[in-house]
Amino acid sequence: MTTINFVEILVYLAIIVALTPLMGGYMKRVFSGERTFLDPVLRPIERAIYRACGVNASQDQGWVDWTVTMLIVNAASLVILYAMQRLQQWLPFNPNKFGPVSPDSSWNTAVSFTTNTNWQGYSGESTMSHLTQMAGLALHNFLSAATGIAIAVAVIRGVAREKAKGIGNFWFDCTRSILWVLLPISLVAALFLVSRGVVQNFRADVVVKTVEGVEQKIAQGPVASQEAIKELGTNGGGFFNANSAHPYENPTPGTNFLEMILIFAVGAGLTNTLGRMTGSVRHGWAVFGAMALMFLAGVFVCEWAEQKGNPIHQKLGVAAAPTDGGTGGNMEGKEVRFGIGDSALFATITTDASCGAINSWHDSFTPIGGLVPMANIATGEVIVGGVGAGLYGMFLFIVLAVFIAGLMVGRTPEYLGKKIEAHEVKLAMLSVLILTLCILGFSAAAAVLPAGLSSLNNRGPHGLSEILYAYISGAGNNGSAFAGLNANTPFWNTTLGFDMFFGRFFMLIPILGIAGSLAAKKKVPESAGTFPVTGPIFSFLLVSVIVIVGALTFFPAFSLGPIVEQLLMKAGTLF
Amino acid sequence: MKLIVRSTLYVVVLTVLLGGVYPAVVWGVSRVFWKAKAEGSFVTGDGGRVVGSELIGQGFRSPKYLHSRPSAAGKQGYDATASQGTNLGPTSSDLEKAVAAAVAAARADRPGDPRPVPADLVTTSASGFDPHLSPDAALWQALRIAKSRGVPEEKVAEVIRRHIEPRTLWVLGEPRVNVLLTNLDLDRSLPAGR
Repeated sequence: MTTINFVEILVYLAIIVALTPLMGGYMKRVFSGERTFLDPVLRPIERAIYRACGVNASQDQGWVDWTVTMLIVNAASLVILYAMQRLQQWLPFNPNKFGPVSPDSSWNTAVSFTTNTNWQGYSGESTMSHLTQMAGLALHNFLSAATGIAIAVAVIRGVAREKAKGIGNFWFDCTRSILWVLLPISLVAALFLVSRGVVQNFRADVVVKTVEGVEQKIAQGPVASQEAIKELGTNGGGFFNANSAHPYENPTPGTNFLEMILIFAVGAGLTNTLGRMTGSVRHGWAVFGAMALMFLAGVFVCEWAEQKGNPIHQKLGVAAAPTDGGTGGNMEGKEVRFGIGDSALFATITTDASCGAINSWHDSFTPIGGLVPMANIATGEVIVGGVGAGLYGMFLFIVLAVFIAGLMVGRTPEYLGKKIEAHEVKLAMLSVLILTLCILGFSAAAAVLPAGLSSLNNRGPHGLSEILYAYISGAGNNGSAFAGLNANTPFWNTTLGFDMFFGRFFMLIPILGIAGSLAAKKKVPESAGTFPVTGPIFSFLLVSVIVIVGALTFFPAFSLGPIVEQLLMKAGTLF
Repeated sequence: MKLIVRSTLYVVVLTVLLGGVYPAVVWGVSRVFWKAKAEGSFVTGDGGRVVGSELIGQGFRSPKYLHSRPSAAGKQGYDATASQGTNLGPTSSDLEKAVAAAVAAARADRPGDPRPVPADLVTTSASGFDPHLSPDAALWQALRIAKSRGVPEEKVAEVIRRHIEPRTLWVLGEPRVNVLLTNLDLDRSLPAGR
């Protein structure tokens, strides 16, 4: 790693640390219904939405009621997106005259965007009309992100409340996430992106004659508005196939840096909201600390591996070491303006958060460089994580961590004054096991079935990595890929659709169950026997639980994929 | 049932706001302030003809121009409706063959140069139309361009150095050279076939 890249990582982390209390405090006010500076503009819009839809946003809902509302809204949006893709040839804003999207691809994409995964089996610029992109896909970028934030807030209320029947109101939480958090930041970010060269128009492909007189077709579209929410909502679904590596999505190092900040902004802020709403700001920082530690570990390993590069190519005479005017290292599938540093940093950030946008192809990373993104997602997307999803995923591990701490000292575990009992621990384990079962079950099937294997782009252990990455990414609702895998086949579209669906909804229903049961409990005062959930010891315990659960579950599979490939690469073996 | 109707209504209302009003506002504001950028950053060459986009790399074959990085976008490469990388892994034999061929081609530009070949010159970009080269990769081609234009190498290197864009705020990104803009400048500053 070069010194400049090292400094960039520190600058990035410092900005996130500075943003966390700002975002956290702001979101606490928004979800507690306190006044904010945007109220004069947004309150009327909020009221109009409730009135137009005839919903009651002030009534406190129990966890079952809350969850059912959330599921029905998500189901409605899923059906509408499916229909929009199937009917796009008859709808407006389709200047390139694209036909309907195939049924299996439409199902996959509808689930993918509803679950905040944004896995893309299709190639955006040659499949989706401008309307499908901006009204269908971009809407889901907002709605799925808002659903995530709403769930996180509901879980926080569950912890903070005492002897309460309800965990809040879904309409209120979801609408406020969109209007107060996602929309204003996206608007400002989108305008900055346009000012640096991200396109925003409704034109068909532009055909130019190049300097040497060859025809070049250049795809266009309303990209900037989608790009901003794609990062802020940790969705990650690119307008174009090459995602944030495409110069029209991410033209400069400056836009790249902004996009990286947007990815972490809400997720990091929510740790602080957790702290403020439960009355223990230091607990929020302890959770943030655990995330930051895992982020740094990942990014250092990834940058080191990518800068070291590929010995097979270096033997052919390719530069390995960085110079003043060149990066060295592994530049396959990377862009010059980002080089090694910004590519490895982006890859780590996008997989820490369940964003899944990419600015370089993870499939072409060195084996260890590619293992980092895969392992990041395999933790369950809790290193900052998806907006909301990261916090409620982390909540599972917090429950497990205090449970284990309780076992060690032989007392009933407590979390911020709430007793954690068998019921909560069972539900937490259920969530963890569902993810694992999805990933390993589907991967095992794809690794033996011809329909799974025929889609691989690489042979040898790298092929297994492609399969593993796909299902880990789907269940973790990340959406990035070892994208050589041709996933736009009926087998992959269908199985990944279920992978994403189970990974999102079957994980969060038990979590909301825990929130509901915690909200109903009374608080017990802290005593000398209470394991403190603030400070570095707790952060370390939390990291250990995450690493042990992740490592024990996935280590055998990782050994057969990236780890063995690293050894083979050193030995110069080719496939 | 009531809930289903309300939910559907809610999604429809949000679609209008977030899928209609929001992109339209971004579009409207950008037309006022950054119209050329929002429309694709197109560049006109000599004679006022649009020759491409500053942000979208294009293929160059003639020895008198800087050549862009290898491309996997579309069958011919540089197809800006089919952005794509190779997605070949580090132990792929196909990738090894492609890199070996690119190294041989780069070596032919500088016979006898003992230095290692710049990494970005022989690897495929992520988008398939990376508009840039690293300064090393651009200067590597200066000798070939100079020979074909019948000028000393230093003249070509001078033009290339003029186009080196530094890192943003000292630490972001990498120094780079825009291939299209440099090639247009080469034609202006060092017209071939004098």
